[in-house]
Amino acid sequence: MRVNLRVNGRAVTADDVWEGESLLFVLRERLGLPGSKNACEQGECGSCTVYLDGSPVCACLVAAGQAEGRDVVTIEGLAGPGELDPVQQAFLETGAVQCGFCTPGLIVQAHSLLRETVDAGRPVPADTEIREALAGNLCRCTGYEHILEAVRLAAARKAAAVCGGAAAGREEA
Amino acid sequence: MTETITRPPAAGPGTSAAGVGTSADRPDGRPKVTGEFAYSSDLWLDGMVWGATLRSPHPRAFIESLDIGPALRVPGCHTVLTHADVPGRKVYGLELADQPVLAWDQVRYQGEPVALVAADHPETARRALAAIKVRYRVLEPLTDATAALAPGAPHVHDGGNVVRHVRIRHGDQAAQADVVVSGEYRVGMQDQAFLGPESGLAVPADDGGVDLFVATQWLHVDRAQVAASLDLPEEKVRITLAGVGGAFGAREDLSMQVHACLLALRTGKPVKMVYSREESFFGHVHRHPATMRYTHGATADGRLVYVHAGIVLDGGAYASSSTAVAANAATLSVGPYEVPNVRVDCHAVYTNNPPCGAMRGFGAVQACFAYEAQMDRLAARLGLDPVELRLRNAMHEGSVMPTGQVVDSAAPVAELLHLVSARPLPPAAGDDLRNLPGGVSNTTHGEGVVRGVGYGVGIKNVCFSEGFDDYSTARVRLQMADGEPAADVHTAAAEVGQGLVTLQSQIARTELGIEQVRIVPADTTVGSGGSSSASRQSYVTGGAVRAACAEIRTRLLDRGLALFPGRDGLSVSGATLVSADGGVLAGPAELLAEPVEVTVTWRHRPTHPLDPRTGQGDAHVQYAFAAHRAVVDVDTELGLVKVVELACAQDVGRAMNPRAVAGQIHGGSAQGLGLAVMEEIQVTDGKVRNPSFTDYLIPTILDMPPMRLDVLELADPHAPYGLRGVGEPPTISSTPAIVAAIRNATGLALARIPVRPEHITGTGLESGEWTRTA
Repeated sequence: MRVNLRVNGRAVTADDVWEGESLLFVLRERLGLPGSKNACEQGECGSCTVYLDGSPVCACLVAAGQAEGRDVVTIEGLAGPGELDPVQQAFLETGAVQCGFCTPGLIVQAHSLLRETVDAGRPVPADTEIREALAGNLCRCTGYEHILEAVRLAAARKAAAVCGGAAAGREEA
Repeated sequence: MTETITRPPAAGPGTSAAGVGTSADRPDGRPKVTGEFAYSSDLWLDGMVWGATLRSPHPRAFIESLDIGPALRVPGCHTVLTHADVPGRKVYGLELADQPVLAWDQVRYQGEPVALVAADHPETARRALAAIKVRYRVLEPLTDATAALAPGAPHVHDGGNVVRHVRIRHGDQAAQADVVVSGEYRVGMQDQAFLGPESGLAVPADDGGVDLFVATQWLHVDRAQVAASLDLPEEKVRITLAGVGGAFGAREDLSMQVHACLLALRTGKPVKMVYSREESFFGHVHRHPATMRYTHGATADGRLVYVHAGIVLDGGAYASSSTAVAANAATLSVGPYEVPNVRVDCHAVYTNNPPCGAMRGFGAVQACFAYEAQMDRLAARLGLDPVELRLRNAMHEGSVMPTGQVVDSAAPVAELLHLVSARPLPPAAGDDLRNLPGGVSNTTHGEGVVRGVGYGVGIKNVCFSEGFDDYSTARVRLQMADGEPAADVHTAAAEVGQGLVTLQSQIARTELGIEQVRIVPADTTVGSGGSSSASRQSYVTGGAVRAACAEIRTRLLDRGLALFPGRDGLSVSGATLVSADGGVLAGPAELLAEPVEVTVTWRHRPTHPLDPRTGQGDAHVQYAFAAHRAVVDVDTELGLVKVVELACAQDVGRAMNPRAVAGQIHGGSAQGLGLAVMEEIQVTDGKVRNPSFTDYLIPTILDMPPMRLDVLELADPHAPYGLRGVGEPPTISSTPAIVAAIRNATGLALARIPVRPEHITGTGLESGEWTRTA
């Protein structure tokens, strides 16, 4: 079958798609976007997290046909060419990346958390809130400490940008 | 997070801001956060086809017939291969070549590869596999490792079921003690559960050879095995490291390497193979399950007199690295304590369970769970605080191992225990559900929740042991680029996530006094880097890169001496020739008019075999130590455990990259937490019941507590920069600390890991045997 969708702001078409393929397979193997990862392909690890019409989903659990006519943003499209989103920058700086296989999914999920909180004018998320938001993303290398640090750092920077430099409120941990 | 580094990083010959001792950024960090980094499952070539593997559903069976005809007729299927298509050596293995590339007469474990297909789509490949007709004569599997040792047990392989028996007899075998405690301890089968599945791309070459791009831990040992099975000279098998999504030991053995190459050479097309998560559980070896009987004898004032240990490691169907795992379990079996009299018998055995081999901690993990449980049991018997008993017996520099080897560098066991026990304890959980066992499942508001505190300390050998010729090769080229000196560092050592590429860059910057360093992709066009295991790459490949850089400095100095014959006191820094009084005599452009390139093979000091009768010998290169304190809240009614906090103290000799060191300690501790309370491949009658991330649980960000770290830097004079291997020790001691904390909370004996809810509530079938009150 043929699938038409928007990926990272661009209209794309995938041909000869077998009906059983996932959105993840189409992105990785047909559209040249392997950044979303294939760690479990059963919705348990979050490494394939992408935005589908603005909501974070496991691309492995979305049938390719379900993406017809919809809008997908992957790790490759999170920032402009040559740029880094503050979440990506923070992951780099804090040592939140080791093998990096979980990283794309975690960055999209963390990006979504900050979009719903700091970017929406809500307070910087507390650690408990960050943990709940990232509970569906497995990482086997880092023990999550530096990932938490990355999200805190990105949140603080985004908050500073939102408030024009004024200190943003921080919920009690 | 709190990290204490006990001294500021010292400057090396160079003073780069991203040199040794700094938390330099990963060179592969940017592509990893943008999604551009090419992992082994991301590779793609025009015209490639998909490889797939047919695996045995039975743990033990004879193959009576194999009919590939129907599979060949599946439209889109390019080829089907069986054992008859393996042109060279039909078996492979790290230590003993006993594992079939493809099974012929029999299968010895569930998941053993039987046939291969290549097809135009993964779904076509799946259908073709389903069309292969195999008739099995199913046999009763041998699944109990202890029973495998009994006389008359069926043999998994000709020659019997003992892969290795390591025997240690040290000191007075008849020594008597005032106080004696005994126990039997069990460790379940843990999986490395790296996230990047086994995968790669094999490309047939015009010269009849093959180019393989794969995620692995040791390129050259892969190449030797692949070439042997393909019946090709090694130079016709060229392997390049593709992006590795974690390893933890599971990529030491071959998985799809030979298979993909066979399919590529047969079809003449590039072949991509990617295991699913389920297949991954069958596609690599696991941590050895262990049954360990220990008896500790001590004086009335708590000095260890003797330790007797009988350890049985279930190696599963094939040898993998069982012989080395057994040596570690035996030589490290009494822990980081001074024990004058030791008797150990450690057996690694064959069964029809899944093959077991390398996983982070490698034999030391199993023993540590047992000896630390014994130390707590002894402390309770003596009425001593568990930390106090450990302090009274703590090993230190100069102590003697059960092998007779003298520990000849820092062994700050007491200091590590002091550090973790001196940390303030975390506050009570409060009433936020998210901080209680069960979390937002709303299983308790604090009723039935009891807090416990426990300690664990462990020991691990670093580098390969027992006389193994353990080396690494580094090729470093220094040249001018864009008007400044720039180095290319080329090794075959595998970056598996640990940050070796960062470290190599740091070392080159410091040693050469430059800023621009490029890490050349690891491949087999340079000599072996050895394995990314045994916490050895910083030591050995780090040592090789440092030595190569030192040789480059020497060559540059030679060039300087040629320019200024007879001049005394010349030195080179930053590719600049400096006179005795500090004046610049020649700049990089002059010294590097021609590039300089050196290749160095570097070895650590030699080790020696163990005496087969007594287990005596200087078998190990270096010892590393970590201690943990765990604080847990246990819902005693439901058996749920919340680890509240982990404190860890570890000596790393030299924190080459403090942030990466912390990352290793966090990640290692998390894997130890997993083994303590959730991670187990459940095997019944030789069959894996939970090959998925739905049913094999690894810690999430909700399961991992905040960590408090103390990192000591007590230089090992034998090691480059004084460094000590970092990766494994934290995996070893976090498990016993957490279980000790659960025991402290519940009063249960908990002699088996992982601890399951029913072990705590006493409602499980097995729980009676393992949870009797201590």
